[in-house]
Amino acid sequence: MTLTEEKTTQERPKGLGPIGWLRWGWRVLTSMRTALILLFLLALASVPGSLFPQRGVDPGAVARYLTDDPVKAEWLDRFWLFDVFKAPWFAAIYLLLFLSLVGCVLPRLAVHLKEIRRTPPPAPRNLARLPHHADIEGDLASAEAYLRSKRWRVATGEGWVSAEKGHLRETGNLLFHVALLVLLVAVGAGGLFGYRGNVLVVEGDGFSNTVAAYDRYLPGSQVSPEDLQPFSFTLKDFQATYVGPGHEKQGQPLDYFAKLAVQDAPGAPEREVELRVNEPLEADGALTYLIGHGYAPTFRITGGDGKVAFEGPVPCLVNNTATFESECVIKVPDAAPDQLAFLGRFLPSTVPNGEEWLSIFPGAANPTVQIWPFKGDLGLDAGTPQSVYDLGAHQNLKPLGQMTASPKPMAVGEAIDLPEGAGKIEFTGVKEWITLQTTYDPGRFPALLASGAAILGLLLSLQIRRRRVWVRLRDGGVTVGGLTRTEGGDFGEEFAELTKALEQHARAEVKDVP
Amino acid sequence: MSPDRLATLSDQLVLAAILLYLAAMVGYALELAFGRVTETVRERKLVSVGGPAEEVPEAAAPEPASWAPKAGLAGTVALWLGWAANVGGTLTRGLAVDRWPWGNMYEFVVAMLLAAVTVFLFLQVRYPVRFLGAFVAVVAAIGLGFAVRVLYTQAGPVVPALDSYWVAIHVSAAIAASGLFIVGGVAAALFLVRKEGPSRLPARADLERVAHRVIVIAFPIWTFAVISGALWADKAWGRYWGWDPKEVWAFITWVAYAAYLHARATAGWKGKAAMIVSLIAFACLMFNLVGVNIFIGGMHSYADVSK
Repeated sequence: MTLTEEKTTQERPKGLGPIGWLRWGWRVLTSMRTALILLFLLALASVPGSLFPQRGVDPGAVARYLTDDPVKAEWLDRFWLFDVFKAPWFAAIYLLLFLSLVGCVLPRLAVHLKEIRRTPPPAPRNLARLPHHADIEGDLASAEAYLRSKRWRVATGEGWVSAEKGHLRETGNLLFHVALLVLLVAVGAGGLFGYRGNVLVVEGDGFSNTVAAYDRYLPGSQVSPEDLQPFSFTLKDFQATYVGPGHEKQGQPLDYFAKLAVQDAPGAPEREVELRVNEPLEADGALTYLIGHGYAPTFRITGGDGKVAFEGPVPCLVNNTATFESECVIKVPDAAPDQLAFLGRFLPSTVPNGEEWLSIFPGAANPTVQIWPFKGDLGLDAGTPQSVYDLGAHQNLKPLGQMTASPKPMAVGEAIDLPEGAGKIEFTGVKEWITLQTTYDPGRFPALLASGAAILGLLLSLQIRRRRVWVRLRDGGVTVGGLTRTEGGDFGEEFAELTKALEQHARAEVKDVP
Repeated sequence: MSPDRLATLSDQLVLAAILLYLAAMVGYALELAFGRVTETVRERKLVSVGGPAEEVPEAAAPEPASWAPKAGLAGTVALWLGWAANVGGTLTRGLAVDRWPWGNMYEFVVAMLLAAVTVFLFLQVRYPVRFLGAFVAVVAAIGLGFAVRVLYTQAGPVVPALDSYWVAIHVSAAIAASGLFIVGGVAAALFLVRKEGPSRLPARADLERVAHRVIVIAFPIWTFAVISGALWADKAWGRYWGWDPKEVWAFITWVAYAAYLHARATAGWKGKAAMIVSLIAFACLMFNLVGVNIFIGGMHSYADVSK
């Protein structure tokens, strides 16, 4: 972004033809003022990304918004406000900004390459006119020797020494801006060649890294299903500890981890991995993270005909993270003669509270389930997609018996005979589930390198000053003059120290040569 | 000492810090109010720059009170004592909970104001910036008061996601950068409040220089804080950047401060316009701290990892 800003460059050309217009457009685009405006626009354009739910961050919240206020949501969606950071208008801003950056960095790079090969300019006639100057003892030869020893670039002439330092400032500046370009490319490449998948696994169950095994799978456009790393694992155990009673933070998790038996490839030896929040599992460049957990009570359900129609764990969605009171939905299409469905409320640490029952703690100290049974047609053959966590859409289900707000809960090992001879439900045990996210992003390491380079470049460009000093012979000594083009620094201090050092160096040389 | 005793001591030390900061503010303010009018006291400049200083007729400046510098000195002493209490408060909190003492918003704000006061005291040792004392002290006192009244959280453990060595790296960097930005923000705000010409308030050139100096140091630290946050997110959440509201506002803040640095190097933007940009950036920083946690955080709790 060009430092020398001339008002005239912004004037509209008259009859310059297409080439002239292009040149004018390029000049405007690469001017510092345009870059500034684009920076403001970029900041401003990001704001809605924090005000509206984003599909990439919380798709559930977007879905809720769409059902709660469909008219407004439709308009928001039309302007990409649920996908701000993928929106064409957002891309337009940052692409223009980066184009402006390229148009500014390239010419500056050329100038800089020329500059660093140039010798420092000759000394001005009157050094006393410079903002920093001093008359000191000494001679040119010792000044030159001292400056060279301190790694200044030195040039000499008739009666003067000229020295320059601080080209690293511009080097850093260019490095920073180029690093940002690399970062953008790395992020883009990660999006194209990487993938992300989410899955819920119950204790005792396994997972193998295939597209079909994921509950949600988001591949980059250049990823094919065969590219997935062939690892697999079994969830052996999950354990969580919580802050005990009597503390303000009662029920807050202290630590949780999942024990996995991992195979990096089919036939490879098994290894044990303890998966924790900040410690993902790595397999062949793909990382698997522990992102959530909950309870999966196990049930045995018998139909009206006396045959077992369902047996196994039912993952329940956590309603309240402080108590892990969870909501369960059980669909039993195999029950005969009528299909069965259940709504359940799982309470890990149950206590009675008047007519109701509550959970008071997230740990499974006294686990129970409250059950609301239904029978009828689940409509699974109709072909319309439905959520396994929701009974809401079923029109043809009829409650079995009296529906109460808080039915008496069942403890582990207990069973309930359903009314109307519809069958039986037994609460057989409690397992836990975890949700995992697997990410493969080949851009992450290049992005890290680019970020590191950006910081280095920033430090150089903000902390180093480009400065020049000249030494001119005068009667009985030398005059030193200094100049910096960088504002706001402490060059006065550095200059004072430098003149002192020059003087000392000259005196020491005089002593050495009697 | 038992953790409970330490936690209580920490709370008391933070209260003491508030009172001492208020005392410091009074001392500094007395010096400003009854001391010399600036623009005539050019020796207060941080460094010499080219160009003649604006001369103000001697008659415009009333005779300063002889005790005014003493009030300023008393303010400095009170600020150092308050700083010590603030350090003590943060240290004892850390000992009480046996982790880094910036695991929640209350602790973060206390540490951030400690950083701001530290920055100011450090500047004051090296440069004549006493003129800013009253304003830094009042910001620190109000900020700590806000932390104690609104944000207070009982000492205790943090959720597993925050139980990581990344707290030491990422959050410490954010605290250091925020402390520097606060001093820059105070200087920039004063710059706008103060008009050109003689005034009881410090000279505009001095304020501009202090603001620029701290922002230039803070910006790379803030950049590092954002990057280390991305590294932590990569460890904890399976992506290094996910446009979570906190990340969005950290990005906006970064872009806004970058705009300030560019504005300062652009013709027609130097001086007042650049200072306004730096204040906008500072407002973004504060919104990220307070606004995102309180207003937006309700929808997407930052520390809540589950999606």
